[in-house]
Amino acid sequence: MDTNGNKYTFIYASAMVILVAAILAITALKLKPAQQKNIDIEKKQNILASVGIASTFADAESIYAERIVQSYIVDFSGEQIEGNAFDIDLKSERAKPETDRKLPVYECKTDEGTKYILPVYGAGLWGPIWGYVAVNDDMNTLYGAVFAHAGETPGLGAEISTSAFQKPFKGKTIFDASGNLVSIIVAKSSETAPAEHKVDGISGGTITSKGLQTMLLNDFTTYKAFFTKKKQ
Amino acid sequence: MSEALFSRKNISLLSGPIGSNNPITVQVLGICSALAVTAQLKPAFVMAVSVTVVVAFGNVIISLLRNTIPNRIRIIVQLVVIAALVIIVDQFLKAFVYDVSKQLSVFVGLIITNCILMGRLEAFALANKPWPSFLDGIGNGAGYGLILIIIAFFRELLGSGTLWGFRIIPESWYIANGGFYSNNGMMILPPMALITVGVIIWIQRSRNSKLQEK
Repeated sequence: MDTNGNKYTFIYASAMVILVAAILAITALKLKPAQQKNIDIEKKQNILASVGIASTFADAESIYAERIVQSYIVDFSGEQIEGNAFDIDLKSERAKPETDRKLPVYECKTDEGTKYILPVYGAGLWGPIWGYVAVNDDMNTLYGAVFAHAGETPGLGAEISTSAFQKPFKGKTIFDASGNLVSIIVAKSSETAPAEHKVDGISGGTITSKGLQTMLLNDFTTYKAFFTKKKQ
Repeated sequence: MSEALFSRKNISLLSGPIGSNNPITVQVLGICSALAVTAQLKPAFVMAVSVTVVVAFGNVIISLLRNTIPNRIRIIVQLVVIAALVIIVDQFLKAFVYDVSKQLSVFVGLIITNCILMGRLEAFALANKPWPSFLDGIGNGAGYGLILIIIAFFRELLGSGTLWGFRIIPESWYIANGGFYSNNGMMILPPMALITVGVIIWIQRSRNSKLQEK
């Protein structure tokens, strides 16, 4: 057979592409549940890390089941609504107007009382940044925070995922004395801000630092009614 | 005429790339990934296994198809086969060794551009039967992997004081804990991988006179 004819070449290429596409589609479908499980475990590890609980890939699920006593969704007015908090996709919630967003809350039992863990999601310099922030039951003092990023510059913006950057968040407050929401200022050294709201930004990572500050302010604003309600 | 499965010629397909015809140290192919994934042993090992699987099965598939492939689109056919295999490997890594797959991130996808693969498919599998092609693939994958693991061994030991994540240099030796020792931060960075490759090439050439250029 002439393997160099046009007709043969076209048929060969078409058949090959269809066959390969089918094989890849089947592989992806078959492995999807196992992959999703890994992603969920990682999410649980991050949630636990925000309250300072270290977990490994193997024990994350059991620790999560034990420590996270409740998870639920609240709306902009702080009312609890139907749904599974764990399955909320923050990126698509972010596309909605503030008042329509579903806001997940995880309640964690620790030796120092109940902590409320809130997911946050925003923009860095090159792409999305996200994280989990744990708030004490006074609904004002931060208990811990973890942040992650998709593609910030290594050594600069990417430093937000290091514990050196995250540790100072513990003990900071997000409301001032008269009850106004100031959130957290991620500051340059030249910037003055009240110490109880200020953490040090990253040298050379100003846009990421400021993106993180904006992310926290935006997300705390949407949770404001929830904070007020819980405080009463 | 049928040939024994492990005739001398077939064995040399397997052993050649590990020694005197090594894809990294002699042919200087696949250097980029050798620099990128060798800061620790575990990702280097997974990368080595992944490349071996892809090149071995890519060789077999191309060898089986070799008489049917239209000559004018043979490079595209090779690329499709490699790309499909790499994506399958990537999906398996995500499903079963998620942490390693995160560490390797984009480099798994970049196996597609690893010169060793296209090189073996074009130079060997297109002209040989499936079994020798399979051995050639395993040999080249192993040759590549061996160098990766040697580099990763030194980089992880000297750069982090661990091997496969386990601590080798005792914590108490470190300056922070009142000791005298400090990790060499340079070893973590890609340039030291290049220098390590250089040292391996130097040792290999000084021992094997056939490789020395006049």
